[in-house]
Amino acid sequence: MKLRTLFRLALAGVIVLFVAAFVWWALKPGELPQTPQSITKAKGGTAPNPTTQVINLGEYLARMGDCVACHTEPGGKPFAGGRAMATPFGNLYVPNITPDEETGIGKWTADEFYRMMHTGIGRDGTLLYPAMPFASYTKVTRADSDAIFAYIQSVPPVKLKNRPHELRFPFNKRELLVGWRTLYFKEGEFKPDPKQSAQWNRGAYLVDGLGHCAMCHTAINVLGGSKEAQAFEGGMIPNQNWYAPSLTSNREAGLGEWSTRDIVDLLQVGVSLRATVYGPMAEVVYNSLQYMTDEDAEAMAIYLRTLAPKDSSPPVPSSARLVQPAVMETGRQIYEKQCAICHRTDGKGWAPMYPPLADNQSITMASPVNSIRMVLNGGYPPGTRKNPRPHGMPPFAHLLNDEQAAAVVTYIRVAWNNTGTPVTTAQVNELRRMLPE
Amino acid sequence: MLRTLAFLAGLAVSLCAWSQDEAVPAFKSIDSVEARVQGCVTCHGQSGQGTENGYFPRIAGKPAAYLYNQLIAFRDGTRKYPPMNYLVAYLPDPYLKEMAQHFASLRPAFAAKEQPNVDAAVVERGKAIATTGDPSRGIPPCIACHGAGLTGMEPGIPGLVGLRAAYITAQLTRWRVGDRRAADPDCMKRIATRLSETDVAAVSAWLAMQDPPKDASPESSNLVRMPLSCGSQR
Repeated sequence: MKLRTLFRLALAGVIVLFVAAFVWWALKPGELPQTPQSITKAKGGTAPNPTTQVINLGEYLARMGDCVACHTEPGGKPFAGGRAMATPFGNLYVPNITPDEETGIGKWTADEFYRMMHTGIGRDGTLLYPAMPFASYTKVTRADSDAIFAYIQSVPPVKLKNRPHELRFPFNKRELLVGWRTLYFKEGEFKPDPKQSAQWNRGAYLVDGLGHCAMCHTAINVLGGSKEAQAFEGGMIPNQNWYAPSLTSNREAGLGEWSTRDIVDLLQVGVSLRATVYGPMAEVVYNSLQYMTDEDAEAMAIYLRTLAPKDSSPPVPSSARLVQPAVMETGRQIYEKQCAICHRTDGKGWAPMYPPLADNQSITMASPVNSIRMVLNGGYPPGTRKNPRPHGMPPFAHLLNDEQAAAVVTYIRVAWNNTGTPVTTAQVNELRRMLPE
Repeated sequence: MLRTLAFLAGLAVSLCAWSQDEAVPAFKSIDSVEARVQGCVTCHGQSGQGTENGYFPRIAGKPAAYLYNQLIAFRDGTRKYPPMNYLVAYLPDPYLKEMAQHFASLRPAFAAKEQPNVDAAVVERGKAIATTGDPSRGIPPCIACHGAGLTGMEPGIPGLVGLRAAYITAQLTRWRVGDRRAADPDCMKRIATRLSETDVAAVSAWLAMQDPPKDASPESSNLVRMPLSCGSQR
């Protein structure tokens, strides 16, 4: 009898425990994104002290935020600023963020640094121009902000005075930023989605936060703002004349139908079986994404895939029939002579060295800007740790006139059942005139 | 198998084309330096011999360290030519060195030399500057550093033979106005700023008319005493 009671009690206890565990599991908040342990290890392999761990972490996170790309002048000292950033409103000169006490941020505190990252307000209370991606950095956790700050304080200080911005009236009036902030800025750290995996949340944290992907992949309007409702829907990058494709549409650079492996390769290696990065995205891979851990690259890939749900609408028919036969033939002949050695007659390329053009979203997407630019200027993918000797494409601007370039771009956009549309000589001419020469 | 066949077929076609047009992309093996430098060929030719376009220079056979210095300068923006700055912007040092060594090792035939449409007096003036210099203005002769055969000198001085007048004029002019520079002490800057515009035109015309020597290799390093100290020779 006594034994039976004990047994029942024990059974009840176990059930209660199970229920409690289930309730906890079901209701627990999403896990905060964790930085992989491997990053905080010392370079020598010995057990690192806590300071080293934080600085290593900060260095990694600063790379994820790609701070160096804007805050360093080409050929200049890292983080010393001075780089001119052309905007539709005039030139901005990026400030010195080395720990120099007079000209850099040597006198800042971690609190002030976090306030700047989180709210876009400088140490002295000035409102920052949104060229600083604080609308994304606001999602960065306090701990990560502190680590970045610790790393920045550990780099060599450089004495270099900030150059004043050269913005046109009225954009030189910082008071106007109050209006901009009301319209386009939403303050707040990243909130993990408990319905998603820890991996997905880590990816979202990186893409939406430090990665500041939205700076290019969300269209910028005349006020230099990007609407949250149009997040990652793509747009022209002002002053660079490249098109940043949509990440939410599988007709553009949406990755919904890609394998995780191919996305990881594209971001971390710079080339993949499906596509290759050039132009501004090559810069991002070169300065930032190639240094990602495999875990983080996979997390990003998993999140990016969910931005573009699988498309169930029927495929667009080829526009080949809309192209004049003579134009198609001109395009085909140029393709066979100049392009087929690398991209092959069937358009399948020799991936990942030479990307496929058949069934490649970046060739068929609505905007032909990037395809035209590649034909005119050629390009090399970034040399990365996993692909230090990339294969490159030569420029053809000096060999093809506008009609010929338009014909060959039209050809690759409609051949092999590609779903692109024809391009005009005017489109080629416009991009040719914008190019630096 | 089909893939291999298709590749070989494509290769055969392209090899035929190769001999006809040095500016058309072509390579034998995809995992080779040749395949990797296809980004260069429509302007500089398959073997770096230059193309019909007068501006794009011959790069074959120039000293590897010179070519490497230029690639680094284009990448970092210290030498400005937007199409080149764009192409090499995100390439790491060892890869640029490999490209430089590749083109430095090639000795393709020279294109037919130019016959610039200039007066005999101008050519004489150009010859005088190139071969004897102008001591009264502190201008040493080109051949003192760029070699008797104008094939350059290891490690940092480029050959001038096989370059077109338009390219040489553009470079000397950029040096005169401070757009192009080399490692300090910048000997070429000292010289270019002493040349007048007519000197530049004359010396460019004469240089473009010269026949290449049998061996187009650069001279060995510092066999001769150079008239000025040059940072790129250190």
